[in-house]
Formats: sequence, C-alpha cells, structure tokens
Amino acid sequence: MPPVNPNIALFVTCLVDLFRPSAAFAAVRLLEDAGCAVKVPDTQTCCGQPAYNSGDKTSAGRLAAQTIRLLMDYDYVVVPSGSCAAMIKRHYPQFLAGDAALAAQARTLAAKTFELTQFLHDVMHYKPAARAGDTLTYHDACSGLRELGVQAQPRALLSGGVIENDDGETCCGFGGTFCVKYTGVSTAIADKKLDRFSATGATAVTGGDLGCLMHLAGRAARRGLPLQFRHVAEILAGDVSAPAIAEPEK
Amino acid sequence: MQRRPAAFNANAAEALLDADLQAALGAAQAGFGVKRRKAIEGLPEFEALCDQAAAIKDHVLDHLDVYLERFETQVFASGGMVHWCEDAEQARQIIVKLCRSVNAKMVTKGKSMVAEEIGLNPFLEANGIRPVETDLGEYIIQLADEPPSHIIGPALHKTRDQVSDLFHAHHRALGFAERQTEGEALVGEARAILRQQYLQADVGITGANFLIAETGSTVIVTNEGNGDMTQIFPRMHIVIASIEKIVPTLEDAATLLRVLARSATGQEMSVYTTFSTGPKRKADADGPEQFHVVLLDNGRSELLGGNQRDILRCIRCGACMNNCPVYMAAGGHAYGATYMGPMGSVLTPNLTGLERAQALPFASTFCGKCEAVCPMRIPLPKLMRDLRTEAHATRITPVRERLWLALWSWVSLRPELYHRLSGMGLAVLKLLARGRGRFHWLPLAGGWTRTRDFPAPQGESFMAQWARRGKPKA
Repeated sequence: MPPVNPNIALFVTCLVDLFRPSAAFAAVRLLEDAGCAVKVPDTQTCCGQPAYNSGDKTSAGRLAAQTIRLLMDYDYVVVPSGSCAAMIKRHYPQFLAGDAALAAQARTLAAKTFELTQFLHDVMHYKPAARAGDTLTYHDACSGLRELGVQAQPRALLSGGVIENDDGETCCGFGGTFCVKYTGVSTAIADKKLDRFSATGATAVTGGDLGCLMHLAGRAARRGLPLQFRHVAEILAGDVSAPAIAEPEK
Repeated sequence: MQRRPAAFNANAAEALLDADLQAALGAAQAGFGVKRRKAIEGLPEFEALCDQAAAIKDHVLDHLDVYLERFETQVFASGGMVHWCEDAEQARQIIVKLCRSVNAKMVTKGKSMVAEEIGLNPFLEANGIRPVETDLGEYIIQLADEPPSHIIGPALHKTRDQVSDLFHAHHRALGFAERQTEGEALVGEARAILRQQYLQADVGITGANFLIAETGSTVIVTNEGNGDMTQIFPRMHIVIASIEKIVPTLEDAATLLRVLARSATGQEMSVYTTFSTGPKRKADADGPEQFHVVLLDNGRSELLGGNQRDILRCIRCGACMNNCPVYMAAGGHAYGATYMGPMGSVLTPNLTGLERAQALPFASTFCGKCEAVCPMRIPLPKLMRDLRTEAHATRITPVRERLWLALWSWVSLRPELYHRLSGMGLAVLKLLARGRGRFHWLPLAGGWTRTRDFPAPQGESFMAQWARRGKPKA
C-alpha cells in the first residue's frame, strides 16, 4: 500500500532550479496529485556532486552535511534527477563512512530518497492521466539507470507511446564537468545519441535528468535537428506550455 | 598522436577527425556489443561465475606472496626458471640476456601487453635482436610502426582497406605482387610469411593470461594458434607476465577462462587455450629446451594495500573499453599510454605516476557501463574518482578548474548568498537571451558553446517563484 499523504521534501537540484522551474512545478503537481504533501526546503542549494566527481571530497562532504541536515526530517525526499538522487542515495553513505554519526544520518536519508519517477511509480503507485501529444523517445540517464535502476518506471508512467532508441543504455556524453573539459569527445558522443533519437522518428525526447537534456538540446539546436527536449515531469504533468529546452519563447 | 597521457584532449580531437579511425571504431563497437550480449545470454550462471572469478582474484591478492613462491617452486620443479623483476628496465635486461645466451638474432612474439608496457621491441632492436610479432593484429601494427590501440585487438583502429595498403607496401618485396582486399587473402599472406619466421626464430616470447601456482603452468589464449607456434618451435620460450596474473589452481583458471572469452570477444572459449609447463621433457615430441618466466612487478605490489587494489583483479578482457563511449569516440591511441579505456585510465596513473597521467581518470563521463560489464567486478568509476581526489588533493589539476569548483562550493554552502547571486545571474542571462531560448556564445562558457548552444534559463529560479507563491515554507 502506498503511504497516505506523506510529507515530501522536493530537492529540486541546481539545474532545474536555475534553468527549468517549469519541471519543478510539474513535479510538485504530480506529487500533489499522487497524494503527497509537498514541501520545498528553502535553503537548498547543491548536493555536492560536481565537487565529489571532481575530486574535491572536502567541499563535497560539507555540502553533503548541509543537505543531510536540511532533508532528514521528512518522510521522503524526491529528486527530479537520477544523478542527484543517486548522489544522496548511493554516494553519501559511502563517502561519508569516515564520520560515523553523519554516515548513519546519510543512510537514513538514503533509504527515503527517490528519483521522481521511481517515487511516483514504486512508492506512490501513481498513475497519471493519459498523455496526449507527441511521439516520444526516452533518454535513460546513466546514474538513474545504473545506480538506481530507473528504467521501467518512467515508461510505465508514460503508459506506452515511447519509441525506444537503439543503444538506449549508452551514455549521451554529458558527464557533468566532462562536457566542458572534453568538449570534442562529449559532442561526438552526443551526436551518435542524437542520430539514434532521430532514427526513431520521434519528435520529442524526454528524460529525468536536466543536465543530459540541456547538453543534447544544445547540440541538437546547433545542428538544426527538429527534436524537442523536455523533462519527463513536464510530460507526465501534461504541461508543455513552456517552450522546450533551448527553444525560443513563443 | 602524442604518446603521452597529458595530450588526451589534443589526441582525441585528432581522432575525431580521422574518418578511417571512426569507421573502424564504429564497426568494432557494433561487433563487440552484440557478441558479448549473446554469449552471456547463453550462460545463465554468468553473473554468479563473475562473482566467483572476482573472489578468486581477491583471495590471490590477499596471499600474493604465497602463491608467487608456490608458482616459482613449481616452475623450477618442472625444469624452468623464474626471473623476478622489480621494474621495466630489469625485465628488458633479463630478456636480452636470455636471448643473447642462445645467440638469438630473431625472436617471434605472441601478443603481450606487458611486453608493450616494458617497451620490449625497441629495446630488442637496439640490441640487435629482431622481434617478429605473430598475432595478426600485432603483426599489422608492427608493420605500421604503431602501438596497440586496444588490449585484445591491437589493430582495431585500422580498416581493412588500410591493412590492404600496408600489406601491399611491405609484402611486395617478398613476392606478393597483388594487392589483396579480402580478409581471408590478407590472413593467408600474413600466415605464409609468418610460417617461415616461426621456424627461423631462436627464441619465442609470449605473455600469459594466467599463471597457475599449483602446477607452475602459464596459460595463453589466442584465436590464431600463433602463440603455440611461437613457443613450441624455438629453443627457448620466455614468458613475460605481471605478478597479478597468478591464480591458485587449474580449476580457478578454468573459472576465469569461462568469463574471459565471453567478456572479450563473446566466444565461449578462445580457439586456442595453451598451457605451458616447463621445457620439453625427454618423451615430448617437441617443445623448447629452455623455459623462462619473467615476472614483472613494475609498481603493482605497491597497489596491494591502497584504494586502487581492485584494478589488480583485471584479466584484460577489454569489455570496459568495448563499452566505453569515450574510448569508442577517441580510440585507444588518444590515451597516449600502453593501457587504454577505463582500465587504462586507472592503471596508467598507478604505473606511471598520477602527475603525468591525471588527464585520464577525468576522461570518463562516469556513465558506469564499464563497471556494469566488468566480469571481475572492478568498480572502475570509483577508482577513477579516487584518482581524481588524489589529483585534487595534490593540486595537480588545472588552476582554473580548481577556482571554479571552490567558488561554486563556497557559494553553495551559503544558501542566502547562493539564491541572491543566482537570482542576479538569471536576470542577466534572461535579458541577454532576448527570448531566443539559447545562446550561441557566452563569456566563460566556451567549453560548452564551441559545439553546443547553451539553453537559456526560463527566467526566475524555481525557489524564488515558489517563495512568492506563498506556499507554506518548509
């Protein structure tokens, strides 16, 4: 049985907060529709993932401690990003192991933290209203896919209509700071991915991680490809009023 | 291509413009992916076998000294010799000394990455001994005077067309007038030439996939049988292997063999799996008169006690690179080192020093596919992350990156400031975007906008809008 009216902290993530508020509002709408009481802790910033993956474990540890303190008192923490959710769920407990008290809190937080589609589907057993509109293909972001096992959930929520692209489990080349440190390789990987998307005949690409989507949308725009990119929360909430990522305002 | 890891980015840029290389990589990626998947689907207990294989290697690493000594004892008992080498220089010297002891002018070689690691071929040549590579891929790149670009497919970067040209250029003088274009004809040509070499060689040098402690045997796997001819015909067989190749028993070797070929080429077993135990005995029809094993440490024993130890479980199947988006875009030469792809990005800094190779552990998107396909359960992204951590701690990463990171972290630890600054930044970006939704160029964002448009923010941050909506604060 799904929990009744659970108290949810939405951890929006830096990228969604700064670049795609419409995805965060869509996430709130979905969570409320699923019967959750949604709170947005107002001093949230970054989970520390950029520092962690760049080798700055001191800064990552401080940001993790800040994030743990902020989020630990809710029934659940929901994150509209597989990689930020995986940072909290998989990496916090591991890399904070040196500090027993903090690690214990990290484990408690990890157990109640979920990526958005994972939470809606696996915990809330949510079924969104039937989706209308574009033919979609889905981009499985690597962290969500391999560290959290997010794959079936978004497809179940989208209730069919997803045209699978070949090689769906292959990275898009974003990789956080990798995409600016190794621009050429990152772009070459994106191009392979975009060609696979185009080959499906879908007009829109969706996924759970804004970093990948911004990288792919930015490259598609540069190449002039007729593909639209949106966060899966917007698609599920049936709100596509905002221009797609990197699209001009109407 | 520059032969140094620090040049990864420049090498990769060159590789991305090389149409032949990209064609070769594309074909390789498609082939490896499908074959591995099929092989694993055909063996339901594959994952359990991998756990078992990893446990065998972990056990060995816990008792490496014991098994190495047992191995030496057994090699000696079967009439062979073991030579312990701390570094590449010692290994090169002992091999040349052994070759000289039989007045070797020419040696045949089976495929060996450890021989590459110690730079054996140039050293042999400098000492008047001609090495002839007998693995087809190695033979091709020896003609081209290039290093291997893949640990199991050394000439993976070459198209068949390029091989045709190469063979035509080198084999014409040997009486092969026609330029061959079909795979079988090309292989036939190489075979005809190599057959003579096997018989003329004074010494045969091979690597080893496994060293078996209980019997003192060395094991190689090949698909061409070249290893067998390399080691059987000459008077002396030298095996060059690194110390972590050891396994306790034949049974253990069998377990590892079951995951090796499936992970590598998608075969159930390689075509030839050859066990060598000592030199030719009285009753044997053939075999070498002398059997030597050159055991190389070259920094590995120092990894045993540290956070990089898991890389010593590697059995060199190549699955990590076959499934690496970065490797498949940049190719193996971009890494500027003997070992490439994810396992190379971990091993190279550990063997040559992080300072010279810090670009490599950063050359990963952390997509995690390497770890997912590694039959030895090596947490490659974690090992790379640990190397990044060491690079950051020792301040050898670029200053500009360190400053950005420090600034981002400093601001993120001050939520009020973070929200105030991000609000200002967003207002400026929104204004500059003028409704176009994206930027072709942005100051300080050249790493992004060189190849991609940068998506403009929608306007105010979510947090700012949420606060104004008057929702009860958390």
